[in-house]
Amino acid sequence: MEGGFLAQAFVYLAAAVLAVPIAKRLGLGSVLGYLLAGVAIGPFGLHLAGDAEAAMHFAEFGVVMMLFLVGLELQPARLWAMRGPVLGAGGLQVGLTAAAVAAIGLLFGFDWRMALAAGLILAMSSTAIALQILAERGLLKTGGGETSFAVLLFQDVAVIPILTVLPLLALAPASGHGGGAHGASPMEALPPWAQALAVLAAVAAVVLGGRLLTRPVFRMIAETRLREIFTASALLLVIGIALLMQAVGLSPALGAFLAGVVLADSEFRHELEGDIEPFKGLLLGLFFLSVGAGIDFAQVAGAPLTVAGLVVLLVAVKAAVLVGLGLAARRPRPEILLTAMVLSQGGEFCFVLLAFSVQNGVLPQAEAGLLVSVVALSMPITPLLMMAYGRLSNRLATADLPPEPDAIEPQGSVVIAGFGRFGQIVGRLLLAHGHAVTVLDHDMETIEQLRRYGFRVFYGDASRIDLLQAAGAAEAAIIVVATDARETTDGIVETVRRHFPQAQVLARATDRSHAYELMETGAHLVVRETFASALETGVEALRRLGMPAYEAERAGRLFRRHDARMMQRLAPMRGDDGRYSRAVREASAQLLQVLERDRERGRAVFDEGWDTSGLMEEVRRAALERDTAASG
Amino acid sequence: MPQRILVLIAHPAHRRSRANAALRAAAKTVEGVTLHDLYEAYPDFLIDVDHEQALLQQHDVVVFQHPVYWYSSPAILKEWQDLVLEHGFAYGRAGTALAGKALLSAVTAGGTETAYGPEGLNRHSIPEFLRPYEATARLCRMRWLPPFILHGTHLLDAPALARHAAEYRALLEGLRDAPAEVAHPPHHAHAPGGH
Repeated sequence: MEGGFLAQAFVYLAAAVLAVPIAKRLGLGSVLGYLLAGVAIGPFGLHLAGDAEAAMHFAEFGVVMMLFLVGLELQPARLWAMRGPVLGAGGLQVGLTAAAVAAIGLLFGFDWRMALAAGLILAMSSTAIALQILAERGLLKTGGGETSFAVLLFQDVAVIPILTVLPLLALAPASGHGGGAHGASPMEALPPWAQALAVLAAVAAVVLGGRLLTRPVFRMIAETRLREIFTASALLLVIGIALLMQAVGLSPALGAFLAGVVLADSEFRHELEGDIEPFKGLLLGLFFLSVGAGIDFAQVAGAPLTVAGLVVLLVAVKAAVLVGLGLAARRPRPEILLTAMVLSQGGEFCFVLLAFSVQNGVLPQAEAGLLVSVVALSMPITPLLMMAYGRLSNRLATADLPPEPDAIEPQGSVVIAGFGRFGQIVGRLLLAHGHAVTVLDHDMETIEQLRRYGFRVFYGDASRIDLLQAAGAAEAAIIVVATDARETTDGIVETVRRHFPQAQVLARATDRSHAYELMETGAHLVVRETFASALETGVEALRRLGMPAYEAERAGRLFRRHDARMMQRLAPMRGDDGRYSRAVREASAQLLQVLERDRERGRAVFDEGWDTSGLMEEVRRAALERDTAASG
Repeated sequence: MPQRILVLIAHPAHRRSRANAALRAAAKTVEGVTLHDLYEAYPDFLIDVDHEQALLQQHDVVVFQHPVYWYSSPAILKEWQDLVLEHGFAYGRAGTALAGKALLSAVTAGGTETAYGPEGLNRHSIPEFLRPYEATARLCRMRWLPPFILHGTHLLDAPALARHAAEYRALLEGLRDAPAEVAHPPHHAHAPGGH
């Protein structure tokens, strides 16, 4: 069943929807689920998938999007701080793995050029698999996760020189001129200096364009308040960069990563993340599916032992190199284990590079085809290894003392949704006391002003769960919902209570009935937006009517306390009109009593300031009794 | 029947306190003790008199725990006294709600016992400065217990502080388990440099 586009989409989506939840439930992780689903719909399974290779080509764009998102998470300063691990760990991993694989190739009697080409190609690991697994298990920000990321980043950069070097290793003259796999043809015509210049110009265009051009453009688009146009422009940006990079022969993934880093500081970061994320997820899923569908089981069946042996050898060599590096660098053992396992597979770049090698006559078709199968089969090994990782690392961690400290995350952070007249005051107070505050608002004018004053404000619709997530709602101690539209506030409070139960929710209510609703929805604290200012006005009015300042102040505070208690007491009676209005009447009578009693108690007596009437009466009576006794 | 103890804590800046925090932590571990942090309950100084009077009636021993500020307590305890110890409740002909209960002052002072000696900087001893509380107890017909005094808090090292906290804890336990109307042993704690 090849079918049209819709039929194919149906097949892939159905495979994903059926297989991935089952795999997750069984503890296999989503990556393995996709791969198995791919095998199931592939030519060696149910034979439902059409051209898996074409699907993979399309899906590789998911990797580009993933690196864009990774870049968005990485401010330039942080990237610069990572230069050591990227060059050190990454450089050594690629160099040593290539050397080890080449040495094995030589042992098997291959020509040194073929062996070296295979080594360079197989040194690549799968960014898609590794990052997906690390993210799924929340390991990205651990020591091992960061090292893995650094190595992957170096590999992405290394693809460019490898593409340059491979043709030099050709055994025979290139079969198809132009390295079609990367579509770098327009560049080939240029002299080398012009090529270099074009590369520099493209990178400069991405950095400068990202810095200077995207902000005003996105701002303009944001002001239209058309969600889908914002999404479209985000996609346009990523695709445009990918095309530009391809045109000058750079890796599109690398270009997207660069663009991400450039935009990491912008107020649109979270909105971009939220918009690209679902596309990335779907395309990566498609990528894994097509890898699964593309595994050539005929070839595997032809030489099962060779293939299995090579898969084990590849994984073992890659892991061994990383273990060696980790031990040499004296990293904690659980960290070494994580890095070695998560980077032990062949990567998606291997497919590209292998195809490129065949075209350039570096590797014969048969050997390249074998390696494609080996790389594809090495991919499902990683999720399997990771199933053992949890237990192994625990044992290692207890054996290794002291254990690796947790990566430090900001404690007690706050997310403020809505940064208008209300949210700003909340935010300023918290910031003044040094709390990490992330703000979401969708009014461009506000954002622009506040950014000028140094606030961390992000553009976005705070009712979207993905944006809240990106703003750190999952780790926040407190989420302040300060939006002014009633429905928006209701929606956010509900979302937040359901998805981020660890956070205390402080919500702004328009009036009393809204406050009750929000209490019911589960907000931890509900504040009526005009209550405090109205009360303050009332207190001032009392003062101007002649009440002493402290007395008026206390009257206001008493009123406030009474009101808060009444809110709590009346909340359950809402809906029962008769009971409610009776209770309200009782409550106002009670307020009068409370104020009266306070006055009697001595803090609110107009003339003396101290109520000593009771005492004075007693003294008078005692004196009277004395007089009576004396006279009697 | 164990005596029920109400510890009223008055410290406006717990995060800067060391000695009082240690005493507070010690008191917290004593079963049957109600800890009541006044600054935490009434950040706006709007003391809920009804609630406070009800609390007093539910307990047998009242403890004022606070640092010594200007030879007296932090402001909120004075406000508490002004409002809660009403005529007709705590004193006066009909004011017998507190009669027979015990009052204990548990205070921490930066100065050493010498500084609070006749030749010292402050001239008078802490028990002398606590006279207003003693008088309050008498007017309310309460028993005035020998105060628990922690001197020289600036000089106390961690082990010494822990020792004094344990003494405070033992004192509270003793008060809880002692039959009412039994006199309690005098209790003094002081810094190493105190004598």
